[in-house]
Amino acid sequence: MPHWVDACAAEDIETEDLIRYDHPDGRTFAIYRSPEDEFHCTDGLCTHEFVHLADGLVQGCLIECPMHNGVFDYRTGKAKRAPAYEDLKTYQTKVENGRVLIEI
Amino acid sequence: MDYLRCPIPWCGEFVLDRRNYSLLGEEGRKAVEKGLAAADWYHTKVSRNEMKELMGRTDRYALRDTAIWIAALLLSAGAGIYLWPSWFSVPFWLAYGVLYGSSSDSRWHECGHGTAFKTPWMNDVVHQIACFMIMRNPTVWRWSHSRHHTDTIIVGRDPEIAVMRPPDAARILLNLFGIMDAIEAFRRMFIHVTGRLHPEEETYVPASEHHKVVFTARIWFAIYAATVATAVWMGSILPLMVIGLPRFYGAWHHIMTGVLQHAALADDVIDHRLNSRTFHLNPISRFIYWNMNYHVEHHMFPMVPYHALPRLHELIKHDLPSADGSVWSAYRTVLPVLLRQLRGDNVFLVRKLPDTARPYRAELHDAVGA
Ligand code: FES
Repeated sequence: MPHWVDACAAEDIETEDLIRYDHPDGRTFAIYRSPEDEFHCTDGLCTHEFVHLADGLVQGCLIECPMHNGVFDYRTGKAKRAPAYEDLKTYQTKVENGRVLIEI
Repeated sequence: MDYLRCPIPWCGEFVLDRRNYSLLGEEGRKAVEKGLAAADWYHTKVSRNEMKELMGRTDRYALRDTAIWIAALLLSAGAGIYLWPSWFSVPFWLAYGVLYGSSSDSRWHECGHGTAFKTPWMNDVVHQIACFMIMRNPTVWRWSHSRHHTDTIIVGRDPEIAVMRPPDAARILLNLFGIMDAIEAFRRMFIHVTGRLHPEEETYVPASEHHKVVFTARIWFAIYAATVATAVWMGSILPLMVIGLPRFYGAWHHIMTGVLQHAALADDVIDHRLNSRTFHLNPISRFIYWNMNYHVEHHMFPMVPYHALPRLHELIKHDLPSADGSVWSAYRTVLPVLLRQLRGDNVFLVRKLPDTARPYRAELHDAVGA
């Protein structure tokens, strides 16, 4: 059953950036703060060769993978540029009392 | 190991036994077993804020450099055509050749990474043009280059190992004139035109991308066919001097610089400081090569655009072997090692790290030694 998890403080993520969140069950996620100050969440590993996206570059609504520069739209998870061609899984987010919660 | 006596008396013995660099052979399977494939590579520590600043994208530098590049291509080709067939046209063809047959190597590479421009379509346009010039199918090479970054100089995994062990000296020398690479490029293009991929390419290009490979090859084939037909109709090689032949007569610069990227260094290691080389270059060559002389830095952080590599170099050089001062000084260390490899010695260079550096990664390559 999906449930809400407290992942980080909103202020932990700079605007137009992301951080990595490792859940105790072993899964890893990427949490983004968009230029419009919205929070988004995807799987933490690139679908191409499973590299952590947290070292990548956020530009607008896109995350570029640090390994081979594959690009995804982090709002929808859609793969936008080879060698990434499988979409990322996305998760709901909400902010409560300055904390970012993700539904996983 | 088997040795072959060269028919030229003073050459002595050459090694016959080479490792199997094919992606379809045993070495690739062994690399996977040893944990060398898709391994966790060494990275120099750089703060997130510094890295974000270095990774930042802009169109500014690539627009400027591309405008200069296109203007120089047009001017040199224009002067070459105007003065044709006089010998006075030769210097212009020499310049055009390097701009076409060598600058395209770095433009293909950087725009393939998508880092040269901030605007994606600009990367794509320059990538397509440069791929045509350097005769590298854009789809195949995007995927082969991804593998090169995942498994840099891992034997049996990396499809872009230019200097194998022992080195194929004849191939490198012929490639100064583009000969071996272009012949192979045409062979592959003919395979692609028929709707197929080479079996090695099938190991790294996903099936969903195959149609792009074939589509591009057919367009290129039509362009070359039209160029040859025009040359026959004109009774002159002039059209081929503009399209196609510069890949041969202008290739020397990208071979001169490209060989230095990894030659004579370690293979089967997971620390780019051991298998890649940074060397200094004059400003004209850096323009042609788009700063790929900062090759350790590029492999460690492929997100950093070419124009930010000198700044990255300054930031992390305390953790890297010192850069060779010039192409010449780099070759002074490379050539003796390649000659020994040619004679069967299994040697390679391990450069000294500065005292400020973290040690080389020891795991997976304990046997490292010069
Ligand atoms: S691992 Fe992300 S693009 Fe290759």
